Amino acid sequence: MAQVFPRSANWASKASILVGLVLVGSILAIVLNINRIYFVNQVNVPIDQPVPFSHKHHVTGMGIDCRYCHTTVEESAFAGIPPTETCMTCHSQIWTEAPILEPVRASFRDNVPIEWNRVHDLPDFAYFNHSIHVNQGIGCQSCHGQVDQMPLMWKAESLNMEWCLDCHRDPAQYIRPRDQVFNMNYQYPADQESLGAQLVAEYGVQTSQLTNCSICHR
Amino acid sequence: METRKNIDLSAIRARLEAAQGQEYWRSLDQLAQTEEFAAMVQREFPEQAAELKDPVSRRNFLKLMSASLALGGLSGCTIQPSEKIVPQVRAPENVIPGKPQYFASAASLGGIGMGILVESHMGRPTKIEGNPEHPSGSRGSNALVQASILDLYDPDRSQTVKNAGRISAWSIFLADLTQRMSLHESDGGVGLRILTQTVTSPTLGHQLQALRARFPQAQWHQYEPVNRDNARAGAQMAFGAPVHAFYDLTKAKVILSLDADFTSSGAGNVRHARDFAAGRRVRNGSKASNRLYAVESSPTATGSIADHRLALGTAHIEALALKVAQGLGIDWKGPSVPVDFSAHDAWIAALVDDLKSNPGQSLVLAGDQQSPAVHALAHAINHALGNADTTVHYTEPLEVESVDQRESLSALVADMNAGKVESLFILGGNPVYDAPVDLDFASALDKVGYRVHLGLYDNETSELCHWHIPESHFLEAWSDTRAHDGLATIVQPLIRPLYKSKSAHDLLAVLTGQPGIPDLDIVRQYWESQGLDAIAWRRALHDGFVEGARPEAQSVELGTLQLPATTGSLPEEEDLEIHFRPDPMVWDGRFANNAWLQETPKPITKLTWDNAALVSPATAERLRLESEFLAELRFDGRAINAAVWVVPGQADGVVTMHLGYGQQRSGRVGRDTGFNAYALRPTAALWSGGGLQVNASYDGYRLACTQDHQTMEGRNFVRQASLDYYQSHPHFAHEGTHDPPDDLTLHNRTDHQYTGYAWGMVIDLGSCIGCNTCAMACQAENNIPVVGKDEVLNGREMSWVRVDRYYKGSRDNPEIVHQPVPCMQCENAPCELVCPVAATTHSDEGLNDMTYNRCVGTRYCANNCPYKVRRFNFLQYADRDTESLKLQRNPDVTTRSRGVMEKCTYCVQRINQARIEAKKAKRTIGDGEIVTACEQACPTESIIFGDINDPNSRVSALKASPLNYGILTELNTRPRTTYLASIKNPNPKIVEA
Repeated sequence: MAQVFPRSANWASKASILVGLVLVGSILAIVLNINRIYFVNQVNVPIDQPVPFSHKHHVTGMGIDCRYCHTTVEESAFAGIPPTETCMTCHSQIWTEAPILEPVRASFRDNVPIEWNRVHDLPDFAYFNHSIHVNQGIGCQSCHGQVDQMPLMWKAESLNMEWCLDCHRDPAQYIRPRDQVFNMNYQYPADQESLGAQLVAEYGVQTSQLTNCSICHR
Repeated sequence: METRKNIDLSAIRARLEAAQGQEYWRSLDQLAQTEEFAAMVQREFPEQAAELKDPVSRRNFLKLMSASLALGGLSGCTIQPSEKIVPQVRAPENVIPGKPQYFASAASLGGIGMGILVESHMGRPTKIEGNPEHPSGSRGSNALVQASILDLYDPDRSQTVKNAGRISAWSIFLADLTQRMSLHESDGGVGLRILTQTVTSPTLGHQLQALRARFPQAQWHQYEPVNRDNARAGAQMAFGAPVHAFYDLTKAKVILSLDADFTSSGAGNVRHARDFAAGRRVRNGSKASNRLYAVESSPTATGSIADHRLALGTAHIEALALKVAQGLGIDWKGPSVPVDFSAHDAWIAALVDDLKSNPGQSLVLAGDQQSPAVHALAHAINHALGNADTTVHYTEPLEVESVDQRESLSALVADMNAGKVESLFILGGNPVYDAPVDLDFASALDKVGYRVHLGLYDNETSELCHWHIPESHFLEAWSDTRAHDGLATIVQPLIRPLYKSKSAHDLLAVLTGQPGIPDLDIVRQYWESQGLDAIAWRRALHDGFVEGARPEAQSVELGTLQLPATTGSLPEEEDLEIHFRPDPMVWDGRFANNAWLQETPKPITKLTWDNAALVSPATAERLRLESEFLAELRFDGRAINAAVWVVPGQADGVVTMHLGYGQQRSGRVGRDTGFNAYALRPTAALWSGGGLQVNASYDGYRLACTQDHQTMEGRNFVRQASLDYYQSHPHFAHEGTHDPPDDLTLHNRTDHQYTGYAWGMVIDLGSCIGCNTCAMACQAENNIPVVGKDEVLNGREMSWVRVDRYYKGSRDNPEIVHQPVPCMQCENAPCELVCPVAATTHSDEGLNDMTYNRCVGTRYCANNCPYKVRRFNFLQYADRDTESLKLQRNPDVTTRSRGVMEKCTYCVQRINQARIEAKKAKRTIGDGEIVTACEQACPTESIIFGDINDPNSRVSALKASPLNYGILTELNTRPRTTYLASIKNPNPKIVEA
């Protein structure tokens, strides 16, 4: 019986090993990196909102502090999304007729809450607490990015676990003085390494504990 | 139906007689060393439970496998669904999103309210704790109160007004009712009747008075299946007036309980448990401990902690009470002291001496199920001992109108049968199901022209009524009630009614011609009329009670005791008695649809999802009865079938049936569970009666008992000694045990230095009564699912803290000890080493962290855990679809899914919260600042949690005690959870005898 495969098929079988390895490698690479891709983790993708609220206008233009609206950021796990009433403290006086603000007025009039689309959404098994981060010298901007420059809100960071751990393993990289937490234009000093270490000690951050599972998962 | 191999009870007796020293055993199976038992201890789960259990076809198997591959492999790769954030339009003051609030309220059972604090997350009540400032409460609570939060969210609750079984509306009912009431108005309400449960609520009483003013001929009846008629009649017998007695256990040194389960059921039980345990604890240096004598027919939590316990039937308890009274020189008229009751004379003599030497510091309590004569004798004994106004206090009755409920209901039924009742309003309860069977309430009800039922469930009674109105849960409506000492207590709602339900106040407002007035205004107006101004009202809401609003204290005068002549006359030797008792978990049946209570093992029997005919081993032997076989119980001309359960410590000749099971309409959870004891319960024998016939059968009935699961093979887990022995051998808890030294390890200890906090727990076995409150609190706090009877039979119950119950000593009257077993949080944890994905790891503070989202379900950790405290979600037990149940969940704890291991975390959510708050305030966490859910709920304060690195913490002090010991420490697991050996205080005279 004649050979099924001619001798010239040898190179194809050798190549198929290589192709197979490359294929497996690429699949692994895709699986391991898929959450780093922007359309999966939605980093830098502006999210549509029922009212096109501009942080850039309100923070940079008007000079409103973060805590005017996100009232509970210093005391609770949840930073707080302002009730319609907060919007209306100003918008019952200014831009009272603006069509763009009609959903806000409708909400206040009909007592129906505005449904905002969530931008920063951790998985339900991760328990993040705003208040402790803010109190221990982690700036808003470290996680949320240059919110003061965002016309519509987007995620500046992936919020992946590896990203969390980057800081939890070595918070000295990102810690800043408590009074600079809400400063959107804070510049890390050249000697951040030593200043950071000093702040970590001063604020009593127990770095070894920050990677315990139950710090975030429970 | 399955049959089991016979247990040779005589062989057990022989084995026990041969046994020397302290031998603990957990169940009769273990004692008999049956093959079945040996097989069970070899497996972690019984009977193939670890494999697929249902009869599976090849097709189903493949379907399941492919589905699980798809789910297991791909569920981690889904893209997160986008979520909405919905802020309020106008934010209420003082609500911080992410932080719970606490409100004072009260939970009532049988008319007695217990002060509670309810945790609320953004308007959702999620957990109930005791109100430490309330006289009927303490920081602790009990299992029923803990579980009552689930009733609020029960999807099977009645949700709409129904007319003749069809959905209707409140407005249609109102129109119909107005027409009906105009008929009654013309004749003063001759045919108008109201049937309520026990009413202590001052506001409801006020409304009922108003109703009487409008309809002078109308009559009000009260009936509750678990009532306190006998206590009332006993007071009447002793003092000539139905005074209410309440107890102060702080001052009681010698206590005699005549079938009174005072620490875990009945009026003021939470407060009693705390005060009793406080007087019992033997801590370093202290040499005083109270002494409890218990006489009871069926073992209870209270009996299990007693220093001396006798198991006796009804007449024997009466005879014993007579003998004690005689020993104290009390005179009575009627019965003579039974001469044929002499088996316990030495015991009684020692007890009498003990009581005599503690005048004013002793206490005799009679159980609500005991006859009026026993109550009267208890009053007389307390009087003779000078306990009045020290350990016993008397007040006016707490009820708005104190009546004999049995007579009240009988009178109503007689009138119904005579056609005198035209309109009947049943406010709460389920009399068709739970009224005495000889009254035949259902057919009497049929003769009433207009029947309205207000109830939490669409039950047997609603089915036979023209109108059914859904009742608001106590967390949904304003009301008030009274504490066990009579203090008026405001019931404050935490949430608007979930459904279109109404409270009794709403319905009475309609009947009194004030329809539509909100229940808040009704309660408020009543208290305003009592002189409570706006500030005092706010204070009452904040504190949970109205300061000083107690019924007047009564000074009582003991008359000549005229007891029924039959008191204490013993039955024939062969006579069988039936006892009806409220179930420790579902009570009179009102909690039958509460899955938490159904699945929590009952304190002594460790049964779940069923009640059973409880018999003693000797009686079982005599009648040829066996556990898990049906038997026919024939009593007073009626018969039911019930599964038998043999209970060591049960009185011989007594069959105990717990009430509340066998309901047909209670909802998906409670329907068709257990056996309906009400079908045997006549008016003449509400609590006990003689002449019972029991016919054994060969039909098997599986009972889901958790007792033999995960057995620890008879090692020395529970350590116990008498106070005297402890004083001569303070280190007895460590005698004959091997505790490895600290440095004996191959592990690299530099991993964990525990330089910061180091969490630890001590459980005091000396004051644990095995009431299950810790398990229930854990269930509510940690979103623990229920699994159902079939899965419990497979050994897959999920409870994070199990309460083990061991027997010691004789088969017929053993000592009973309890041991709650949560995760030991070992420093050298065997579970951590075997996890292939590092889902269970060690924290810097010594916790064995369990990371659910990492767990792939190998179950290696559970296999390697010597304490068997890990629980695996074999199936999707957590209900993720029912909307109302979602509201109950604790938002700070993950709801676990299928395929994930879980276990006690020392309430790490509470630890984290406290750590964060302390860090923000730049301080360290104080001792007692973190309270785990079990510690908080424990009514006897037997669980203490804290930082063992802090030398001044309570937990450090206790761990330094010689009584402190760990279990299985010879494995060098170094458990953080340890136990204090139990110290009992037996009377030397009885021990010698």
